[in-house]
Amino acid sequence: MAVTQMIGARIQRREDPRLITGHGRYVDDMTRPQMAYMAVVRSPLPHAKINSIEVTEAAKAAGVIGVYTARDFQGVIQGTIPVSNSFVPDKKQVPEQFPIAKGEVVYQGEPVAVVIAEERYQAGDAALLVEVDYDPLPAVTDLEKALQPGSPTVHSGAADNIGWDMTYAAEDSIAEAWGEGEVFVKERILQQRLFPIPMETRAVVAEWDNFDNRLTLWTSTQVPHFIRLFVGTAMGLTESQVRVIGPDVGGGFGAKLRPYPEEYLAAATSKLTGRPVKWIETRSENLLATTHGRGQIFDVEVAAKRDGTLVAMKVTQILDIGAYQGVFGAFQAVACLLAGGAYQWKGIAARSIGVLTNKTSTDPYRGAGRPEATHLVERMVDLVAGEIGMDPVEVRRKNFVREFPHTNNFGLTFDSGDYEKSLDRALGLAGYEELRRRQAELRSQGRYLGIGLSTWIEICGLGPSAATAPAAGVALVESATVRVHPTGSVSINVGTHSHGQGHDTTFAQLAADALGVPYDAIAINHGDTGDTPFGYGTYGSRSLAVGGMAIRKSCHKVVDKARKLAAHIFEAAEEDVAFEQGDFYVKGSPDKRKSIGELAFAAHGAGLPEGMEQGLEAVTYFDPPNFVWPFGAHICVVEVDPDTGAVDLQKYVAVDDCGNVINPMIVDGQIHGGIAQGIAQALFEEVIYDEESGQLKTGTLVDYMVPSASEMPDYEMDRTVTPSPTNELGVKGIGEAGTIAASAAVINAVCDALSPLGVKHVDMPANPDRLWKLIHQQRTGGNGASSPEATSDARGAFGATQEYRPDGGR
Amino acid sequence: MKQKVAITVNGVRREHEVEPRLLLVHYLRDTLGLTGTHVGCDTTQCGACTVLMGEQAVKSCNMFAVQADGLEFTTIEGLAKNGQLHPLQQAFWDEHGLQCGFCTPGFIMAGVYLLNQNPSPSDAEIRKGLEGNLCRCTGYVNIVKAVKAASQQMNGQGAAQPAHAVEAGGR
Repeated sequence: MAVTQMIGARIQRREDPRLITGHGRYVDDMTRPQMAYMAVVRSPLPHAKINSIEVTEAAKAAGVIGVYTARDFQGVIQGTIPVSNSFVPDKKQVPEQFPIAKGEVVYQGEPVAVVIAEERYQAGDAALLVEVDYDPLPAVTDLEKALQPGSPTVHSGAADNIGWDMTYAAEDSIAEAWGEGEVFVKERILQQRLFPIPMETRAVVAEWDNFDNRLTLWTSTQVPHFIRLFVGTAMGLTESQVRVIGPDVGGGFGAKLRPYPEEYLAAATSKLTGRPVKWIETRSENLLATTHGRGQIFDVEVAAKRDGTLVAMKVTQILDIGAYQGVFGAFQAVACLLAGGAYQWKGIAARSIGVLTNKTSTDPYRGAGRPEATHLVERMVDLVAGEIGMDPVEVRRKNFVREFPHTNNFGLTFDSGDYEKSLDRALGLAGYEELRRRQAELRSQGRYLGIGLSTWIEICGLGPSAATAPAAGVALVESATVRVHPTGSVSINVGTHSHGQGHDTTFAQLAADALGVPYDAIAINHGDTGDTPFGYGTYGSRSLAVGGMAIRKSCHKVVDKARKLAAHIFEAAEEDVAFEQGDFYVKGSPDKRKSIGELAFAAHGAGLPEGMEQGLEAVTYFDPPNFVWPFGAHICVVEVDPDTGAVDLQKYVAVDDCGNVINPMIVDGQIHGGIAQGIAQALFEEVIYDEESGQLKTGTLVDYMVPSASEMPDYEMDRTVTPSPTNELGVKGIGEAGTIAASAAVINAVCDALSPLGVKHVDMPANPDRLWKLIHQQRTGGNGASSPEATSDARGAFGATQEYRPDGGR
Repeated sequence: MKQKVAITVNGVRREHEVEPRLLLVHYLRDTLGLTGTHVGCDTTQCGACTVLMGEQAVKSCNMFAVQADGLEFTTIEGLAKNGQLHPLQQAFWDEHGLQCGFCTPGFIMAGVYLLNQNPSPSDAEIRKGLEGNLCRCTGYVNIVKAVKAASQQMNGQGAAQPAHAVEAGGR
C-alpha cells in the first residue's frame, strides 16, 4: 500500500502515551521476587586512609542481610573501572579504580561499604551504623595547587597530580603565523564544574541466577552494551552470561554513558546474597557520586589583523579530572581540536593538561568539550572585535570557513555548511540593526543592554572507525537488525538507546519510508542486550547519523532480497523490478504489484529462488565515512540591572542547521532543552567545593541552582537545511547543539551590556552576586582591565596555573 | 510501631499498616504499586512526586503516609477517565511537552492544580505556577505551550487535536 512520506513529518511521539499516564517503566518501578535493597556507605572525607571498618552493629540491625566491604568483593569483582584513550592516548597517571575503596578514599562520596537489607529504609538505617575509622590525609582541590611541585598528591605515593599533558600543536609550530598578527588579545576563560542532573538518578536492579550462572542487570544507562562488556568482564562472565536492560531512562546528558561502581556492587552482592538487589541513588548521592561535567580553565591568546582577519591562536586547556580518570573524561580535550570554531586560521597551538584532584571525576556532560570550544572561540572573536572596534558580526563574516569540505588545523574535515546563511537568518529574526539602535538609545539613558552572538559548529555522529578505534579502543559504529515478519509487520532492533530523544518515533519514520510499510507496523526495540545487536549506545549526537543509517542500510538489504524474490515470482529480470512505496512491480506493468508484506510471507514459504534462504531480515553495522558537522547562529539579548547585577534575558534567537530533518517537532525539542542547559551554565549553575575541607558545598538542589520555568525564556527559532554529504539521509546530530551554542551567546551579551563600564570578560555563572561585584568594582575605580578584581575571587578557586611547565615551557 | 491508615487514592479506599516514617510517595509507589509518581530529589525541589490531595497539589515526598490518613488523593494514574486522556495529558502529547518523561507526571499534576486555580493563565503565570517543578530536557518551552493549549481546550476555545496529528514537515 502507498504510505505518505514520513521523513519530515511532525508526528507525535509514540512513546508518550505510557509516559503521560504514569505507565513508564523506569528501573525503580521494577520489583523482583525476593528483592533486597542496597545502601552505600560513602566517604565523608575527600582524602583519608581507612584504618578500620566496623560493621557489627550494622549487621545486627533490623532486616539486614549482609554488610560488605572491599575485602568481601576480592575475587567476586576481578577488574577495575575502564578508562578510554579518547583524545589523549598517552596518559601520565591512570589510578586504578576498584568499585569500592580498598584502603584509601580519594574523593568525598567514594563507596567504602554496602548494606543489603530486606527493605529500602532498613538498608539506609543500617548504613548509618557502619563505623569507619579514617586518618584524614591532605586533600587537593585547587588546580593551581595540585600542579605545584611538592603539592600533596591525590593518591598516596603518587609522584604528582598530572593525569595527562598532551600537546596537539606546539607554539613554535605557529611562530610564523603568529608573527603576522597586528593586534593580540589574551584571556583566561573558565568552565565551571557542573552537575548533569538527569531527573531520574542512577538506578540498578541486579539479579544473579545461581543455576544458570547468569546475570541480569536493569540499569538507568545510555550504553547497555558497554555495561554488559565492562561489568560482565569484571565479574568474570562472558557476554552470553549477562543481559543488561536499560528500560525507560529518565535522562542521561552524558552522566550515564559509563559503568559506575554501584553497577558492579549490585551485581556482586546479588551473587553474594543470592537475592535480586535494587539500588536507587538519592539526589544527594547523585550530586556527590555521579560524574560532573566541565571543570576547565582555558588560557587563550589570539593574533589578528587590524582589518579583523583572525590569524593564529594559542590555547591551553587545564582540566580538572577529579580523583580518577573519567571513563571518557579525555574526550573533553576535543575542545583543543575545535578551538578554531567556524573560522579559518593560519595556525593554532593547543595543549591539554589533565589534573587529578580529590573530587568526583569529570566525564562528558552534554556537549563535552564542544561547548567549551565554542565558548572560548566566540569570546575571543568578540574580544578581537572590541580591540579593533569592529562589529562582532563583521569579524565573523570576514573569517568564516566558506568552502566545504574543509579540513581544519587539526585534520578534522567539516563535511558541509553555510555559516553565513544561518547568521543572516538569525540577524534578520533578531532585528539586529534595530537592536543596536535601541542599545545606543538605552546606553544614553544609563541602561545596559547587550547583544551576544554565537556562530557555533559541532563535531558529532561518533564516529568513523578510522578515527574512533584508536581513541576508544573499539570503533564507534552502530548496528540495526531489520526483520520483516511473515505477515508484514517489522521489528527493528538497534544498538543505540533512547533516553528522551524519541527514537521509537524517528526511527520508525525513517524505516517506514525506506521499506514503504505503514509506520504503525514497525516496532523499534532498544536497550536490551538480550535482543539487540552489539551497539555503542547514545551520546555524541550519534543515534540518527550513525544508528539511523544502520537502520536504513538494513532496510535496503531487506528490499534487495525482496526484489530478488519479486523478480522470481514475476518471472522477470531483477533489474526490471521497480520498488515504490512498499510495492514491487515489473517496470511497465505497475498494475500488478506485490507488497513487501506479501513478499515477506512468500519468503517464509516454499518455492524460493535457488540458493535463497527463507526469511526476510538483515543486520548492518554502519561505519560512517566521517563525523557530521552541524552549525548555526544564536543571538541573545540581555539587560543587566546595574543595581542588583540581575540579568534579564529578553530575547533568544536560534537558527540551527542539522541537515535534513526527520521530525521537526523532536528536533526543536532537542534544541530547546540544549539551549536551556547552556543558559543554565552561563547564568546559574556552579559546583562548589570548599577549598580548605574539600567538602562539596552545593550538595543538594537547594544549593545548586537548576533553573525552573520562571527563570527561562522562550526562544525564537528557525533552521536552515544544509544536507550532510556524510550519510544518505543527509542528517547531522542535534542533541547537544543548543548547549554547545548557548553559553557563548549569553556571556557575549552580558559582556556587551557591561562594555560601557570597561568590562571585557565575565566568567560563568554570570549570577547577580558576581555581576554586582563586577559592576561595583568598575564604577568605583575600574579602569577597563580585562580581568577585574571582582571575578578573580572565582578565579582563585580554580587558581592560576600559568606557571606549570613540566616540559620546561614550549 | 506500625499505624493503621485509610487512604483513598484515585477513588479507591485502601487500608494498610505503615511505619510512621513512611513517606507518602513510597506508600504510593512501593505499597500500592502506583509507580507513575516519581522521586527526583530528596529536598522537595524537583516536584516529580507531585500528586493532588483533594484539589491541592502536594509533593508526596514531603508528607508521611500517616499524615494522609483519611484523605483523598489523585495520582497520574487516576487522571484519565474512561480511557479518555485528561486535556492536559493530551496537550503534553500534542505539544511535545516531554522527552525522557520522568518529570512529566509531576508537571501534569501541578498543571492540573494550576488550571483549577487559574483557568486562563498567561505564559508568565504558567511559568510562575510551575516553578516548583524541574525539567532537564525540554527547557520548559513546550510544557508552557501544553498548559496553555490545555487551558484553551478546557475553556472550549481550542479545536480538539486528532490523536495522531500528522502535518507536512520540513522547512
